[in-house]
Amino acid sequence: MDMTSAVAATAPGDAPPRPSIQIVPRAALPVIAVIVAGLITTIAGNWLWALVFYHVVGGGLWTGIDLFVGFVIGPILGRLSIPSRAEFSARFMPMMVVIMPTVVLMTLASGFQLALGLGNLQSLNPNHGWLVASFVVVGVMATVALGILEPANIAVLFEMKKPHPDGDLIARLMRRFVYAAGITGAMQIATLVIMTRVATQ
Amino acid sequence: MREAGRQTVTRGATGGGYPPAAELATVSLALVVVGGVFMAASFPTPPPLALPIALVAVSAALLGSAILLLVRWRGFAWAAFSLVVRWALVAYVISAGMIEFSFVRNHASGWPLLVVTLMLVLFAVDVPVIIAVTVARYQSSHPA
Repeated sequence: MDMTSAVAATAPGDAPPRPSIQIVPRAALPVIAVIVAGLITTIAGNWLWALVFYHVVGGGLWTGIDLFVGFVIGPILGRLSIPSRAEFSARFMPMMVVIMPTVVLMTLASGFQLALGLGNLQSLNPNHGWLVASFVVVGVMATVALGILEPANIAVLFEMKKPHPDGDLIARLMRRFVYAAGITGAMQIATLVIMTRVATQ
Repeated sequence: MREAGRQTVTRGATGGGYPPAAELATVSLALVVVGGVFMAASFPTPPPLALPIALVAVSAALLGSAILLLVRWRGFAWAAFSLVVRWALVAYVISAGMIEFSFVRNHASGWPLLVVTLMLVLFAVDVPVIIAVTVARYQSSHPA
């Protein structure tokens, strides 16, 4: 088995069949390959419109998803019963495994190129301080997301693939996921303030 | 490939406390992120390299310590760890490669590029290690 394959697991007794889980949804991989290839081409060509497109689309999705998960999905998830959480997570978490790294990569790679091209990273540029502040915010979000949120997400999926998943463990890991998503959601508000300042100076 | 999902459920696989390998790798990642912010904030002007080099050294030491703890961890679920780490490595080597490409595309060279490259290598190893340790911690080292 590899991390992209599915296991159709059935709970013992008369419990309803558990959903099969793909930790990394295979169908999404070609789409990601196309997005990354387009990003590399855009940076190599240094095309302003395409860089802005990648940055705005990626950043908008990243911010929107973080806020929505942190402040809407998270609290709802926290109030669900453990079986309901598990069923929701089995479908939701694999999507997050592929969507979030892709939109983050789109945003940061195009944003860095854009900042250099527009001269915003020059130390005398009025936007320089704001961009450094955005780097700090992104740095904190990256550490929380990569060090806490994503490992918890993947650990939940592995636990749910077991013949007898530990509900308490899933609940603990989900709580960790929800808190981390809340922190990154709150930090996205700072990103919105910074980016609207940069765009209007 | 061995099936992590078929392994028996044995909490922690260690029967008690577990070494803080994921925590050390997370601090290592945080140091690399601080260094990365410092380097990116100065770019395209070459920054003073003393702080980034110190961060790389401490980060590498922490990552090395984390790996050493894993090697000494009796009953660690290596099958689950290696299953996760290899896929995560693929993903994060691509991510790190994209960032490296951005710097090279914008004429980074010499020592600053070397320091950035070392930071990206640490980043590309740190994240898979954190993910894989977190997963393997809850897997058994013995197949069912």
